Amino acid sequence: MNNGIYGIEIAWLDAVIRLHIIVGLMTVVVMGLIYVERKILARFQQRLGPTRTGPAGLLQSVADGLKLVGKEDLRPRNADPWTFELAPYMVFIPVFLGFVIVPFAFGMQVRILELGLIYFVATSSLGIIGWVMAGWGSDNRYAMIGGMRAAAQGISYELPLVLSLISVAMVSQSFNLNDIVLSQSTYPNLLWQPLVLVIFIIAGLAELNRTPFDIPVGESEVVGGPFVEYSGIRWSFFFLAEYAALFIMGLIFAAVFMGGWAWPLGEELGRGWQILLVTVKTSLFIFLIFWIRASVPRLRIDQLMAFSWKILLPLTFVQVLINGAVLVYDAPLWILTITGLVGIVVLVRLIERAVRPSPAVNSEVVSVGNEGAP
Amino acid sequence: MLPVEELFSNYVAVLIAGIVAFFMVITALIASRVLAPFSEEREKTTTYECGMLPLRRASTNVGNRFYLYAILFIIFDVEAVFIFPWAVSFIGIGPMAYWTMFTFVIILGLGLAYAWKKGALQWR
Repeated sequence: MNNGIYGIEIAWLDAVIRLHIIVGLMTVVVMGLIYVERKILARFQQRLGPTRTGPAGLLQSVADGLKLVGKEDLRPRNADPWTFELAPYMVFIPVFLGFVIVPFAFGMQVRILELGLIYFVATSSLGIIGWVMAGWGSDNRYAMIGGMRAAAQGISYELPLVLSLISVAMVSQSFNLNDIVLSQSTYPNLLWQPLVLVIFIIAGLAELNRTPFDIPVGESEVVGGPFVEYSGIRWSFFFLAEYAALFIMGLIFAAVFMGGWAWPLGEELGRGWQILLVTVKTSLFIFLIFWIRASVPRLRIDQLMAFSWKILLPLTFVQVLINGAVLVYDAPLWILTITGLVGIVVLVRLIERAVRPSPAVNSEVVSVGNEGAP
Repeated sequence: MLPVEELFSNYVAVLIAGIVAFFMVITALIASRVLAPFSEEREKTTTYECGMLPLRRASTNVGNRFYLYAILFIIFDVEAVFIFPWAVSFIGIGPMAYWTMFTFVIILGLGLAYAWKKGALQWR
């Protein structure tokens, strides 16, 4: 099953070779993503973005990386040495572990784990510990608040993310990412689970700490959050982890909702087409996230927590129960499409209501805001 | 391959991924230690603040609302752990399995409603 593209039979050697390909791929993709994000944001704001370094600014990320390696690596005098030094490892290693399962094309992944989705949510939630360590170890108020916010937000949005992945697993009847992709060769899961798709994107944004859910790292509130005190290469690992996590989330999105390499016509047209499909679908997700960053303002922390616990969590519960009823009584799957679309309408209505509060609600919010600053 | 061998092969890859990631971080840190300038200066290592030194350690005061969310999270995450194996096997077991989980989720939903009513979800 795991016989490699090289036909290597020794498990560990095969894994080492595949993981080194991933290391190269990840570095190039992260550098590309940083460049592309700056270019896209610049276009949204009618600027040019990086233009000076290399042709059309293409070498900007390389220049940034070189600068970061050559920068002085400071540690505050009263920081806790162990947590401060180990935090970059705890942030980066779980993100990298996520690359073990993501499928790039048929047979092109490090390993096919039978419990792939559980593994994904487990590794993605481990990174929160690193954020808290960075915040606690720095011994800085801003870092502390940022780390605590990162933990609160991370665990709150973990639940909708996990339950949305469970809903998809119920339709595909597997946690194995390869099987999930194969089961979508005729129809992708987004057709049956439109509401879950929207919830996954929202919860994914929050897990990645991207705008509008970037209160743990908001410059204007906590001046960078858990990594205020970090500098140089140590600081860059937080960003490497962030963009690598974005890449993984895009690949998971492509595999779980869009049919990965199997839809449309992936199995017939060969590996080149499969890689193209996965690239296009992942880019779609990443572009969507950049687009949201360019157009939506940052949420307040009470809105953010309420949105997860009061709106997303009940909706995913209802979705899981509806999925179960439809699947266990063998009802046609288009019922799920209709309920999902109804769910999206409900979600949009609820967000709309929250965005335009009635005068009574508005005064209540003001009084709550006055009694306790975060 | 035998199932045991496959399990071994899969999770050896996970272990090696951890080691590779660890070495990625440590090589970069060593490179920075070699390449980056370093000057011993007392003012550089003070806490980043508005010009004044903070009075106490920052880690002494943490709002207790964070604990409330953490406890709620544990309840619902354990519930997700129960749903995980059910989600891929309930079709084979039949309607009985579905209605059992239905009751379980409804009870948890009542728990969420209770927390909501008590104001545990209100950020203050």
